[in-house]
Amino acid sequence: MTNTGFVAIFRRDLLLAVRHRGDLSNPIIFFFIIIALVPLGLTPESSRLSEIAPGMLWITALLASLLSLNSMFQDDYNDGALEQIMILPQPLYFIVLAKIIVHWLVTGLPLSLLAPVFGMMLSLPEYGYLPLMLSLLIGTATLSLLGAIGSALTLPLDKEGFLLPLIVMPFYMPILIFGSSTVQFAIDGLSILSPLAVMGSLFALFLFVAPYVAAGALRLSVQG
Amino acid sequence: MSDTENSSANSLSSSILILKDIAFQRNEELLFSNINMAIGSGEILQIQGPNGSGKTTLLRMLSMTLSPTLGEILWEGKNVNNVREQYLGDLLFLGHQSGLKKSLSADENLLWWRKLNKDNLLPNSDALECVGLTRDKSVPCYHLSAGQLRRASLAKLYVARAKLWILDEPFSAIDEQFANELKMLLENHLDNGGVVILTTHQDLEIKGMKYISLTSPHKSQ
Repeated sequence: MTNTGFVAIFRRDLLLAVRHRGDLSNPIIFFFIIIALVPLGLTPESSRLSEIAPGMLWITALLASLLSLNSMFQDDYNDGALEQIMILPQPLYFIVLAKIIVHWLVTGLPLSLLAPVFGMMLSLPEYGYLPLMLSLLIGTATLSLLGAIGSALTLPLDKEGFLLPLIVMPFYMPILIFGSSTVQFAIDGLSILSPLAVMGSLFALFLFVAPYVAAGALRLSVQG
Repeated sequence: MSDTENSSANSLSSSILILKDIAFQRNEELLFSNINMAIGSGEILQIQGPNGSGKTTLLRMLSMTLSPTLGEILWEGKNVNNVREQYLGDLLFLGHQSGLKKSLSADENLLWWRKLNKDNLLPNSDALECVGLTRDKSVPCYHLSAGQLRRASLAKLYVARAKLWILDEPFSAIDEQFANELKMLLENHLDNGGVVILTTHQDLEIKGMKYISLTSPHKSQ
């Protein structure tokens, strides 16, 4: 019943992601390029690199997620599939949620899993790997949820790509702050529970709120 | 402004879909107003008018992606906003954009659409054969011609159980032979008590066809 739309969208979007394998690797390549340039541009000295590593890794993850936002609804909007989805006699919430989950699976999840490699490139101490992965797993999921709102709002403004970052950036900031401090705390030998708990609660909040808001924004955008 | 040829005031009670004083305004410009129409089971309505007169807008209103500025749409006597799920369950809308994914084949596209509408389908597994896409159904859609894409999109008509079909330019890009098949399909749907609303620039000559004629907003001012 309510789940037919969820399952259908989920599977089709995954299939589409597999068909467009090139797009799939874009965030990772972007991430790789920045992380490879940092030692060249700043300093190859590992003690100084490991100092900036938490913040650098998190800023790059945030930008990589931001870069891939445009594709969340835009293709469906352009080719009329969104119209077909929106006239389903089903709640739009689960459909939007399915699209967000797929977006995270193809951007946030691979980034989180590869994070130790990038951490190594920036001389991040080994005991920072797990906190980095944990914070990225939760954080990028929240970024995808928030990004869905911005992506849905800016849907009719295809050419004005700068608006989307402007809209979502303020909401991304707390995630960046708590994400990088999770890693920083781990390096400094402090407990990572409190920043992780804040990130977890932000994630839980937006898991419920963001698909609703994005669904409302989609209805507005399709009217225009 | 627009004039409606409404001859069905007497059959109002038996009407399944009623448009009541529909008006639409966009950016301070009145696209159309005073649209009144009543359609019963087995009836077909053609929306006519020059390009830019609001045909697609009216169809999108009927498929609930747009809401009218004024007026209301009644389905089985109730405002569609109040019976949204039921109305959308009875509705099949094919817009002028196909909604087909270019990197998926016609088969995969239709399969996806069938999964989306699982509760509302006929057990018909050879819809793509019905529209003549036997050979090319596994080819990614970007290899298909405009006519073939249109056929792939129209294949939904063979599997949907929906009572109300809303079709935006279904006859564009398809050849004469398939146009005849499509016309027969529409007549068949009407004979089974279905309702069809469409825009087309073809002369369809289906018996009992009703018309809404929209005029260009620029001319009337």
